[in-house]
This record gives sequence, structure tokens and C-alpha cells, in this order.
Amino acid sequence: MSELTLTLIKLGFLAVLWLFVLSAISVIRSDIFGTKAPAPAGRPQAKPKKQPAKPRQKQRKPSRGVPTKLQIVGGPNSGQSVPLGEDPILLGRGTDATIRLDDDYVSTRHARFASNGEQWFVEDLGSTNGTYLGSQRITSPVAVGLGIQVRLGKTIVELRK
Amino acid sequence: MTAQPTWVPRKRRGAEFFLTILAVLIGIAAYCAVGLGVKGSIPAGVVKLAVALIAFAVIAHMLVRRVAPYADPVLLPLVLALNGLGLAMIYRLDLGRTEIDANRQQFANSQLIWTLLGIGAFAVVLVVIRDHRRLQALTYTFGFAAIALLTLPLLPVVGRTINGARIWVNFGPFSFQPGEAAKICLAIFFAGYLVVKRDALALAGRRVLGVDLPRGRDLGPILAGWLVSVGILVFQRDLGSSLLFFGLFVVMLYVATERPGWLVVGAGLFAAGAWFGYLAFSHVQVRFDAWLDPFGDPDRNGQIINGLFGLAHGGILGRGLGQGSPQLTPYSFSDFIAASMGEELGLTGLMAILVIYGLIVERGLRIALTCRDAFGKLLAAGLAFSFALQVFVVIGGVTRLIPLTGLTTPFMAQGGSSVLMNWAIIALLLRISDQTRRPAPEISTFEHDEETQVVKMS
Repeated sequence: MSELTLTLIKLGFLAVLWLFVLSAISVIRSDIFGTKAPAPAGRPQAKPKKQPAKPRQKQRKPSRGVPTKLQIVGGPNSGQSVPLGEDPILLGRGTDATIRLDDDYVSTRHARFASNGEQWFVEDLGSTNGTYLGSQRITSPVAVGLGIQVRLGKTIVELRK
Repeated sequence: MTAQPTWVPRKRRGAEFFLTILAVLIGIAAYCAVGLGVKGSIPAGVVKLAVALIAFAVIAHMLVRRVAPYADPVLLPLVLALNGLGLAMIYRLDLGRTEIDANRQQFANSQLIWTLLGIGAFAVVLVVIRDHRRLQALTYTFGFAAIALLTLPLLPVVGRTINGARIWVNFGPFSFQPGEAAKICLAIFFAGYLVVKRDALALAGRRVLGVDLPRGRDLGPILAGWLVSVGILVFQRDLGSSLLFFGLFVVMLYVATERPGWLVVGAGLFAAGAWFGYLAFSHVQVRFDAWLDPFGDPDRNGQIINGLFGLAHGGILGRGLGQGSPQLTPYSFSDFIAASMGEELGLTGLMAILVIYGLIVERGLRIALTCRDAFGKLLAAGLAFSFALQVFVVIGGVTRLIPLTGLTTPFMAQGGSSVLMNWAIIALLLRISDQTRRPAPEISTFEHDEETQVVKMS
């Protein structure tokens, strides 16, 4: 094996190694941009707003804007509400809950609503009967928008304007 | 409306497939280059290695597609590339060492078998643990398992002392380093424990010199962690693991409580432990002296001097695979594999390897950042950090940045337990990232869903 071939093999191998590293980096880069995309997507969204009466608008269509209160719409405490601020809101049967729910199917510390500044999340605090979004029992913090109904035991809550 | 899920789930399995092909190619090419460099011909074993590597890659890739479709796309190829490079280098050192003495033990085949077992562990972890949050229920089980694993080598029958460190257990023909498994168990235990206790640890304390120091009574756990790692140092004479466990614990405390005070306290305790170790143990003193002045006693510090000469011999572009003489360094296939890589691939190749390690750590920390539950966050951060610390301690030791301690270079160094457990760590990270990147449960009332997705995809 001549010296030249070995040198070429050596340089070729280093080139392939770096090609691999750089393509891995480029995958990560596009991955990051993929997750960033929703930020500009917020603006184009504003356009459909101006065309009212969309044919497939649903009854429980989430209204636009920032939620200002948490309303109980079903269950024993139906009608109560609590204004949304900076602080997380604790729901449950315990005395430290923001709204004390009189619902036998609700745990002492059942679920928590918390905001990251722009978005509200609901998190189950290890309740016995679970917290549901539709028919899905949630296992990790999930973002909730306006008008989306969250069920705890027999109680149904939603964010309202 | 402002409330939109801010996540576009992308599986990116295609990108992973492409990178996996490249990674396997690197492993096979390295093997061929070794044969060409040493003997001038492509080695006969290349078919076996190629079949094995391709089989590993296909199995792992299909498994990820199947059971963790949203998992991170770059972790698996990065790890495969490191493993392939390691296999080629161990084969190269086998050739070199048998040239010196034909009776030397060969490691390439056993390493290949351990890699197979590692892929097995990877598969088992991915298949069995469908949701990493289940592990949180077993917090204390893992804590006890970690302590049991750490004390195993001290037991009279199974424990074994190799090169002055009592960190091995023997089961018949197999020897195993339980410390590697204990690392994962400890990370799970710390994550589970700190998720529950972090409020108490974070909220109380007083401010000294602009740093929030924790209260005295909250120092209990960190003192316990310190005692455990000092215990390892005293009874097993294993500097590296002791440093690794303590570092892991301090950083996880810091991540959980977001209070830099813990880092200050941890650094202080570490300094105290190091000083104590230096005074009390001759082997720690030897390591320190070899670090500060290796040429003062060339006979005793031959290994580290050889490693440095090897790196210098490699220079910028390296000697080329199979054309240096890394086999002259003792333990060039395990502790000093980074120096062997540096000699044959040069600074360019060693930098590529370090960037690959860096990317693995970056992906781990990113998984921790995007993870939604606190337990997964802490676990991913802990695993990623322990990986980073391990690489830093080993390669820093070999390059004489810090005193040399015995830890394995993940995925490259010869050593079964290390390969096995690191594959399990990658499986755990992939599991958490799959959970994290998976789309949230379907919420049916988004009116603009389709339109937004079109915008996001462009």
C-alpha cells in the first residue's frame, strides 16, 4: 500500500467523520427551526378572524383574546368563577384550594391551572379520578385555550374571557 | 386566539435513517482503514463486523420507529458512530498489541458481543418502559438498588480488586462493574426524590455575599450524598466514580432548586473531600503528582507520558488509522482510548469525537428543557450531565487538564458494563424525548387547526 493511498484514506476518513458531524448538526438546526415556527404563525392566524361566519365553526368555538376568569360550568359548584392572575389556581376539595369544590369525585388537591405568561396549562396533581380533556385523561401539563372544557370528577371548568 | 399548542410534532425518522447509514459507514470504513494501515489489506473480519453493525443499526432504528416514533432523531446515529469507532480502534489495538506479544488478550470480539448485549439492553428499556413517569413510583427502590450495587464489590466472594480499585464483581466467567448501573439507579432516585422535596430545599435559606445559601437543616441530603461518594473513595479506592456521583447529585440539586448556592456548597465539599483524599491516600497523591509534574518520575508516570507523546505524534491530522503506535500505552484500549484516537485521527478526528459527545449532551439537555413533567426534566438533565462529566473527567485526565481518574470513555472504551449501561441511558433519553415530542392529547375545538399547520410546515 503506497504512502499516497494511505494519506488519501486518512484524509477521506476524517472528511467523512466531519460530514457526519455536520449533517447531525444540520438535522438539529432544522429541528430547532421546526419548533420555533409557531411564533410567526400567530400573525397570519389573525386574518381568518376578520371573516365571520365560517361554515365549520362549532358551537363551543373558542373565543379569541386572553382568558380573564376560570368559570365552573358544570357540577355542584356550577356558576362560581375565579379571576385569572399571575398565580396558579388550585382546584380540589381541600381548604387550600382556590375554589373549594363540593364534589365527592374530586380529590383534596385535584388539579392546577398555571400560566407561563401567554398560555394557560392544566396539570393533574395525582388525583384519584383524574382530570379529563374530552375523553382523554391527562398525564402531563396540557395547554388549554378559551372555552375548552376540563372535567374533574363531576365538575366541568373552562377558561372564559 | 393565543392559546395554541406551540409544538409541531415532527418525527424526523428519515433524517435519523440517513444519519444512521453514515454512522454505520464510518464504523465499517474505520475497520477497513485499520486493516489497510496495519497489514496493507482489508481485514477478513470486516464482513462479520459489517453484518453486525448493520444488524444493530437496523434493529435499533426499526425499534425506535415502532415504539418511540417521536424520539430524538440524532441521538441514536451519534451513539452508533462512537460505538463503531470504538470497535475499530479496539481491533486496531489488538493487532498492535499482539505484534508486541502474541499472547496478549484480545478484546475486539468480546467488545462486539457486549455491543450486541448493549443493543439488547437498549431494546429492553425502550420496550419495557413505555412511560418514564412510571419510574417515579419506584424512586426508593432504585435508591436501594443503587446502594446495593455500590456495596456489591465490597462483599467477600463476588468482589474483586483490579488495579487497586475494588469496583468489580465476578459472576462465574463474567466480571461486571456495578458502578455503571448504580449511576442510572442514582439518577432515577435523585430525580424522584428531588421532585418531591425541592420546594423545601429551594425556599428556605439566607443570603451571603449575594448567593442564596441553603439552611443548615436542609443540608442533610447533600451531606449524605457527599458521605456516600467519600465512602466509595475510601472503601473502593475509585476516584472517578466518587467524583461522578457527587457531581451528579450537586447538579441535580441545582437544577431542581434553581439556587446557585448548592453549587457553592458542593464545590466547597468537593474541595474538602479532594484535600482529605490527597492527605489520606497514597494513590490519590500519585495521581496528583502525575498531573502536576509527569516528567518528574517518568517510570511511574509512563502511561500518561505515553499518552501525551501519542497525542503529539498524531498532530493535526493524525498518523492515519493503523499507522501510529498507540499500543505502546498501557490500557490504550480502555482508559486511554481517547489518546489512541488522538494519535491516529489527530486533533481533527479527536475534535469530531468531542463534538459528537457534545451533541449527545446537548440533545439530553434539550430533552430536559422541553420535557413537560418535572421528573422527566430532572432525569434527562441528570443523565446528560453525568454523561458530560464522565467525558470531561476521562478526556481531561488523558490530556492532563485534570488529574487522571479511572472512568470509561462512553461507548468507545473497552468494557462491557459501560457499553451496556450507556445504551440503557440512551434508551431512557429516547423514551423521555418521545414522550416530550409526542403531540398533546387531541383537543377537538381548535377552529384554525388546518390553516396553522399549513403555515407551520412551509
